[in-house]
Amino acid sequence: MTSAEKPDFKVVGTRPIRPDGVEKVTGRARYGADTHPPGLAYAQILRSPHAHARIVSVDLSEAEKSPGVLAVATHSDLPAAEDKTEAVGEGAVNIKELSELILASEKVLFAGHGIAAVAAQTQNQADDAVAKIKVEYELLPAVLDVRDAMRDDAPILDESRRTKELGGETSDRPSNIASHSQFAAGDVEAGFAEADLIVERAFTTKMVHQGYIEPHSSTAMWNPDDTIAVWTSTQGPFAVRSQVAEILRRSLGSIRVTPMEIGGGFGGKMTIYLDAIAAVLSRKIGRPVKMSMSRRDVFEASGPTSGTAIRMKMGVKDGKITAAEASLTYEAGAFAGSSVGAGAMCMLAPYSIENIKLDTYDVVVNKPKTAAYRAPGAPAAAFASEQVIDEITKQLDVDPLQFRLQNSSREGTKMVTGMVFPTIGHEECVQAALDSPHYKTPIEGPNRGRGVASGFWFNGGMQSSVAASVNPDGSVNLTEGSPDIGGTRASLSMQLAESLGVSYEDIRPAVVDTDSIGHNDVTGGSRTTFASGLAVYEAGQAVVGQMKERAAKLWSVEADDVVYEEGVLKCLKDSTKEMTFKEMAAQSARTGGPIVGQASLNARGVGAAFATHIVDVEVDPDTGKTEILRYTAVQDAGKAVHPSYVEGQIQGGVAQGVGWALNEEYFYDEEGQLLNSSFLDYRMPTTLDLPMIDTIVLEVPNPGHPYGVRGVGEVPIIPPLAAVANAVADATGQRFTDLPMSPRRVVETLQELD
Amino acid sequence: MARTHVVTTINGSETEFLAEPRESLLSVLRETLGLTGAKEGCNNGNCGACNVLFNGRLVNACCVLAVEAQEASITTAEGIANGAGLHPVQQAFLEEAALQCGICTPGFIVAAVALLGKEPDADEQRIRAYLAGNLCRCTGYDKIIRAVQKAGEKMQQGASA
Repeated sequence: MTSAEKPDFKVVGTRPIRPDGVEKVTGRARYGADTHPPGLAYAQILRSPHAHARIVSVDLSEAEKSPGVLAVATHSDLPAAEDKTEAVGEGAVNIKELSELILASEKVLFAGHGIAAVAAQTQNQADDAVAKIKVEYELLPAVLDVRDAMRDDAPILDESRRTKELGGETSDRPSNIASHSQFAAGDVEAGFAEADLIVERAFTTKMVHQGYIEPHSSTAMWNPDDTIAVWTSTQGPFAVRSQVAEILRRSLGSIRVTPMEIGGGFGGKMTIYLDAIAAVLSRKIGRPVKMSMSRRDVFEASGPTSGTAIRMKMGVKDGKITAAEASLTYEAGAFAGSSVGAGAMCMLAPYSIENIKLDTYDVVVNKPKTAAYRAPGAPAAAFASEQVIDEITKQLDVDPLQFRLQNSSREGTKMVTGMVFPTIGHEECVQAALDSPHYKTPIEGPNRGRGVASGFWFNGGMQSSVAASVNPDGSVNLTEGSPDIGGTRASLSMQLAESLGVSYEDIRPAVVDTDSIGHNDVTGGSRTTFASGLAVYEAGQAVVGQMKERAAKLWSVEADDVVYEEGVLKCLKDSTKEMTFKEMAAQSARTGGPIVGQASLNARGVGAAFATHIVDVEVDPDTGKTEILRYTAVQDAGKAVHPSYVEGQIQGGVAQGVGWALNEEYFYDEEGQLLNSSFLDYRMPTTLDLPMIDTIVLEVPNPGHPYGVRGVGEVPIIPPLAAVANAVADATGQRFTDLPMSPRRVVETLQELD
Repeated sequence: MARTHVVTTINGSETEFLAEPRESLLSVLRETLGLTGAKEGCNNGNCGACNVLFNGRLVNACCVLAVEAQEASITTAEGIANGAGLHPVQQAFLEEAALQCGICTPGFIVAAVALLGKEPDADEQRIRAYLAGNLCRCTGYDKIIRAVQKAGEKMQQGASA
């Protein structure tokens, strides 16, 4: 892991205090709902109580007369949307469907689907008015489960939808299956014929939510000159701008999106649920309009991740996986576009397997349109594959980590997508888990068990643009466009300080609006510290280049005769000539003006992330409650820029994964009503549900980044579902193939066996 | 709807406002007074993001009616820092990297200040039990618990010095 020529960094790898920290611990940082421009009006959306219904009529007359009401809006206030697909962050969105998602025109497709919006003087008045809107519905049967939705006799959400089959053919009849794709390599039939053990299992997971603590909130002002200002909590201000531009048919340049501080996103804050409709209402009243979701709205009307049904079959011979075959069916929600493809591509990536066939089905159901959620698609896929592997190791009576090590992907292994891995760290993760104090300590006691699992995430590259402006006193302003969700102001400032050879304290970062910097893709895909970091590195090198040229002029030598070492410009021709970074900064006015380094790029050289987790549990046979006794997460970070925030990302991913495994689920009644749309009933882990989470951070450098950085945020949510299930199987002797392993499910299952 | 005139003390300053009978203290703090340090995460007392001290007691501001603030003394997240300096809990959150997105942080800090004010020697289990009403989705709580432990140690040292 640590190579002999490991570079010696001055700032990267240290643990300074984050630049935005003081504002956040003193309550001064301003998040989405903290926006309060002068003359602010407040809006609310009427949402469908039905999962599937035709809208017969909408009567706004009583709402319009309600005290304080300023304006109302429905789908007809949005321009006709184009039937085309736009890239948004980690996925793509069909503009026509996005328009329907914002406010429904003729049909509501899930309970929580927006129908009409009201702006009023106060939030209470807007809420009161919405309750006075009268909607007549023609109820339609709802379909809620992905397997039910695939049946020939299922209620159809969209009569015009035809399945996009393999190879681009489409079926001739309406279907809820939006697409069927396949990833294949080798010959699975031959691989299974060769196997001396085959294990096949079926798994299900429920729809779950990212659970960010900050509800969505957007404020918009449509000015008389047709420029639009939006203040919002988002992972992607540029993605918001392009969606608002498409939905409202305005130019990109006429819209300014200011990213407020963001109170968590995890993939769920990229779609414009509120921004465009707030702008439409603002245009009607000539005042800024704020629109915020309630917690119930967040659960019912934002974008959770898919419930899934996965069948997985794997064959082994002499401890080597010979073939793997799976079908993955994912709920897309009310409109097409789940993360099933990513799930399939990640599913078996930790292993070198010659023969693979994975079929994926993207299926619409009468539930909210899904959005990305941390390593979208991969946790449910790994829940299946890593349990089948566990079952195989139990039947073979071999160590589950040794088995993973023997089958591990390594440099040169070809993924099912055809991509060949460069330097990766899965073997290192498994080996470190084997060597960990946790794994070397036997687990003892009744009803206790241990589980392990691995995970893979691609990590993202994509576009970033940054500027580094040197001040005359040598301090540097870093201008960037990636919203800071978990410490990226710190990780980018550190990389700029490293690149410039100056101290971290000299860098002052700012996340700016879309008018003030070049395009930046979303903070997502674990891309920011890597890709914006690469841009920051290049911007720093650009500053150094300009300083060298200026020093050369001052010293009347060629630029090649100037070197920059540890913050000092030196003349190779004359050793008496030296200038510090700060001295050169002070000379900027008389050597050509401000020194500004810029970099814009579409990052290549993404380094993949691997993780291996170990968990010990105790299952109470009387209550069915599973307690996490000990947790160790091993992960390859490439290079941990700020180790504390890398550990934090890992611990946070584990916590979400444990919640997904043990308690979290969208709980629907038969009509499609969500019964647990509050934090009391949608049970996320609290301080009492988790132990301290031990982390082992490995550094297998990514050759595609000057400091070796790999994205770290997403992969830690992938192993926990399977690791906990494997531990519960070890503790109870019973394999749980359906999530969540809630106390009720566990106790009922164990009692059935008695 | 008739509004009530309320006189109260917030972060040491006498403050007046008008509130509808149905308005929550959280709504008045945020929308009327511009004190947005208390965050709305759920508006029904499940997440703790709007924690404030109300006559010294830890409460969820979303579950207190604004008119109840008559003649009360309220401390919000903005009032925790001691003048220009940070409170030991705030300093420990920074040093221990106990926040990621930071939306739950003001609530956690107010709650931790309430606990350590009475029990600076609270152990891990006591801290976990006291903070169980505060949800964080980013950190897995590990670094938050450590930060509160560290702040407690600092406060005990400060008291004995």
